[in-house]
Amino acid sequence: MAEKIATRHAYGQALAELGAQTSIVALDADVSTCTMSCDFGKQYPGRFVNVGIAEANMVGIAAGLSTLGYIPFVHSFAMFTAGRCFEQIRNTLAYPNLNVKVVGTHAGLSVGEDGATHQCLEDIGIMRTIPGMTIVHPCDGNETRAAVKAIAEYKGPCYLRLGRAALEIVTDKKGYEFRLGKAVLMKEGKDVTIIAVGMLVQAALKAAATLEKEGISVRVLNMHTIKPLDTEAVVTAAKETGVLVTAEEHNIIGGLGSAVAEAVTSSPYPVAVYRVGSQDTFGQSGNADALMEFYGLTDSFLSEVVRTAVNNKAK
Amino acid sequence: MDSERTSELQLIAQDLRILGLEMVREAKSGHIGGAFSLSEIMATLYFEKMNIDPGRPDWEDRDRLVMSKGHATVALYPTLAKRGFFPIDRLKQFRKIGGHLSGHAEMNYVAGVDMSTGSLGQGFSVAVGMALGAKMAHKKFRVFAILGDGEIQEGQIWEAAMFAAAASLDNLVAILDYNKVQLDGTVAEVQNSGPPQDKFAGFGFNVITIDGHSIQEIADAIDAAAICIGKPTIIIANTVKGKGVSFMEGKSAWHGKTPSDELFDLAFAELKEQRTKLEAIHG
Repeated sequence: MAEKIATRHAYGQALAELGAQTSIVALDADVSTCTMSCDFGKQYPGRFVNVGIAEANMVGIAAGLSTLGYIPFVHSFAMFTAGRCFEQIRNTLAYPNLNVKVVGTHAGLSVGEDGATHQCLEDIGIMRTIPGMTIVHPCDGNETRAAVKAIAEYKGPCYLRLGRAALEIVTDKKGYEFRLGKAVLMKEGKDVTIIAVGMLVQAALKAAATLEKEGISVRVLNMHTIKPLDTEAVVTAAKETGVLVTAEEHNIIGGLGSAVAEAVTSSPYPVAVYRVGSQDTFGQSGNADALMEFYGLTDSFLSEVVRTAVNNKAK
Repeated sequence: MDSERTSELQLIAQDLRILGLEMVREAKSGHIGGAFSLSEIMATLYFEKMNIDPGRPDWEDRDRLVMSKGHATVALYPTLAKRGFFPIDRLKQFRKIGGHLSGHAEMNYVAGVDMSTGSLGQGFSVAVGMALGAKMAHKKFRVFAILGDGEIQEGQIWEAAMFAAAASLDNLVAILDYNKVQLDGTVAEVQNSGPPQDKFAGFGFNVITIDGHSIQEIADAIDAAAICIGKPTIIIANTVKGKGVSFMEGKSAWHGKTPSDELFDLAFAELKEQRTKLEAIHG
């Protein structure tokens, strides 16, 4: 059994390590022991600010700090950073192009029992419409560490999306390299490409292994950076495999599926794009695994969609 | 401050009104009312009290000002131009495509603007962040934030106020442009929230109430804020919206409306007449 770690735990460690740079500051809105920004806070209390339950103010304070050369990371659940603070992020961070990193943890359905009010399935879509915004959604602890370093080095506003569930490490293979805006080829294949993000990368790899036994050769792309999208990887996959399936723990409207569909329809290879994700619904309370099953976000459901995609392509 | 300097600043304030009105006439749009209520405050800050250097707009030890009521560019841009951050002639680009002298305050294209603002309620948090950063970095500069009395209806203002007091940001000076008029009507008509003094005092602020058109009172309040230790200060500046133009004074209609040519002429005549009188006093 491979090592499992929630991306937010890896995140907490990575941010604390980054704290050796004195320009890094962390802000949280009373959920630091959930977002794991508390790891940073323990080590660097002088550069950690708990603003209380006031996310909008947190974003503004971060903007002010960034004008002095600090690199602020602001934290809360995705619903309350990307969701609640859309307009603060849009006008006070992104429009002036300030170097602030917005972190949204507990994204997607896998929050589980807390239910629909906390299951953010819209954040990628919201953030994606903001000009100049970089959006990163790593798939495991290893990639999270790499992503934290990369967005800290990048100058400009970023949104980092993290989940709550513990995930198997799949990016520790030889040759894996994290570069902002560059999709990672997780598995080569020629019949169809699954473009996945976050915890659906693991599901995609499992589905690909199953389908391989059935004679379907599946390429798997890990699109950890949703914006700027690696259009080249998307279009190449469209050209070479002829059909695409996207997979994300997000509404199929506005998220990775939309981004991929937009890219291929204005390319010379406007192939079919099947979008696996939340089908424009709210979530509900429940065990995370049960929710993934219920809303069709498992490897077996994904396999079924891929079979249909390949089958339809043949017609 | 001696009376000669006071009258000098009064004259500068009047020039800011005239420049602002010219800017709006050229652009055929802009917010006059809530800019003219700020003229004396802007003159006192930028020409007397703030530690700034127009030759080095990004000087890291400078005092900062966040125009949280970001529509008051008709006060901010003329002030920065007259103070030497950019040529006065550039004011002709106000609100024009490609001119980058945006309708609301714009930091990346206009030297001297410390923060882009325009969405009400957000700038104050940014000022709080700047003041917090100054404390973290052991810097001595001060941060000023200008708030509108309509703007403080936004909840985020009170999130920021709560934080500023809890963090003992005594390097932060908020100035409330208490002109008692907002876009849709008077503040009392739209959302009567009562006097702001008690609210800010309740949140832990050092509260100073002044006549916002008295240079001496503005200067004294800014000095008094500097010696208040452990608390942020708010200066509640009683002002008149549209100050200086008789038909605009206290009228919500002049929040963002562009006057007709006849009314522009009338407004200029009034402002210039007042300027002549001030000049006579100044000698």
